[in-house]
Amino acid sequence: MSDKITAGHVHMSGCTGCEVAIADNYAGLLTLLDKYVDWVYDLTLADVRHIPEMDVALVEGSVCINDHLSVEEIRETREKSKIVVALGACACSGNITRFARGGQQNQPQHESFVAIGDLIDVDVYIPGCAPTPQMIRNVCVCAYLLLKGNDDQKALAGAYLKPLMAAAKCDPAPTGCGHACGCDLIVGVINQGLCMACGACAASCPVRAITMEYGKPNIDRELCIKCGACFNQCPRSWYSFDVTNQYESIMETIDAAMAP
Amino acid sequence: MVQDNFLGNYTSCVAARSTNRGILAGSQDGGIATGLLAFALEQGIIDGAVVSVMDPAEPWKPMPIVATSPEELYFARGTRYSLSPNLSLIKEATRSYGLDRVGIVGVPCQMQGLRKGQLYPIGLRDVPDKIALAVGIFCMENFPYQSILQLVEDHGNTKLENVVKMDIGKGKFWIYTERGAVVQLPLKITHKYEQPGCHVCLDYVSNLADVSTGSVGTPDGWSTVFVRSKKGNDVWAKAMAAGCFETKPIEEVKPGLELVTKLATEKITKNRKSLEERAKFGVGKGLRNPYI
Repeated sequence: MSDKITAGHVHMSGCTGCEVAIADNYAGLLTLLDKYVDWVYDLTLADVRHIPEMDVALVEGSVCINDHLSVEEIRETREKSKIVVALGACACSGNITRFARGGQQNQPQHESFVAIGDLIDVDVYIPGCAPTPQMIRNVCVCAYLLLKGNDDQKALAGAYLKPLMAAAKCDPAPTGCGHACGCDLIVGVINQGLCMACGACAASCPVRAITMEYGKPNIDRELCIKCGACFNQCPRSWYSFDVTNQYESIMETIDAAMAP
Repeated sequence: MVQDNFLGNYTSCVAARSTNRGILAGSQDGGIATGLLAFALEQGIIDGAVVSVMDPAEPWKPMPIVATSPEELYFARGTRYSLSPNLSLIKEATRSYGLDRVGIVGVPCQMQGLRKGQLYPIGLRDVPDKIALAVGIFCMENFPYQSILQLVEDHGNTKLENVVKMDIGKGKFWIYTERGAVVQLPLKITHKYEQPGCHVCLDYVSNLADVSTGSVGTPDGWSTVFVRSKKGNDVWAKAMAAGCFETKPIEEVKPGLELVTKLATEKITKNRKSLEERAKFGVGKGLRNPYI
């Protein structure tokens, strides 16, 4: 197909787990590459040294502000990409790199890490540690449809991406949004009188830091890695009737797009 | 396909009850949830289901489990009017339990969480494509466990461990005990014990389930059933062909869809108003609205 979009993977301070999650779509990744995306930049997979112009940059990892090359590259990513996606919790919110305090060989002076949104404008958030292959797949298909689809597909994909675009513009506010910590559930959901005890937060936690006590989340903050999965998975953090009321047709659209 | 602002989208609506006496003996109403999941399990449509049973440690405290046998499903029959975070096991069902086709029962907000989780599986790796059957329950509101304790033991003057069934219907909260005593509390008393999060809920009949069911609209011992999605239609048709349920057209039973529509409209209108009040809760400041 000639009408592909160009995309790439930009590696900041992350563990490559997000990139592995892309690859964990297995044959689905091949479908994405065959039909929709030219993969133009990727330190791990493509032999390209410098960040090229691209439609979509998937950025993994936070930015080490003590490393001038990282800072230069994240600026360059913004300048050369139409859409910047923060792929995974380190890029969205810092995640586990928020706990770093330097002293590690062979660059012990690298101690300060910030979410990419602290330095550049970000268009879409895909939180989670690691983000799930299905979430990446859904966002990729919808991003393609938004750029290249017909009017109906554009509307559907736009509605789908809206909350993830809104999350990228969200300031840390009393809503709990933006801290990417289990405490977001308390501040943004329970304190606001919104929790209804569904348990989605506990299921989504990658480190099992959340147990449900009498129906409400109990967060072990020693275990929490600040990935933001719980708050974002919660149906009472943000919820779009426009999208979920069409869940069947959206999932069918994605399945059809992913058919080899 | 019927598209209704309050009752959601559905392809058919009937009054139904299970033809299995064993299921009916312990079910809340028509035994639809248990009967449908048991059939789906038997047929291999699901490998197991997240359901809610009573916590052995505390009477009438619900506890989600992953049921992989009909016996375990039978334990889950009946309604416990308290919080059961069924979604908390949705990923575990595909991991420790190794299920490829997962069934789940839940109230409307849990169906919303489930569908959000399938569309935006932020922390639900490999879960979205394994949801095989979601059975939704009608729900007006829910109660924290301590509220149930307060209602039954304080207002109802009944020991919780002696209760055999609780029910909300005909404008009252009913408590049935093992020695035959029946206590009824007017809903005016129960309202203040409701879970606050229920007051922003804009769904009464689990609009996002594959099949949703509840007592409202049908006579005692029967349930109202909405069949909604392709998956729901498929499993319901198979269950009907296998003789799992007897049905009557919803138009032929009393009080029928009219009452369901009335209660759905009441709930959603009241909660829309509560969202509006939340928006101007303070002075020039409001509470958060989760809906975008």
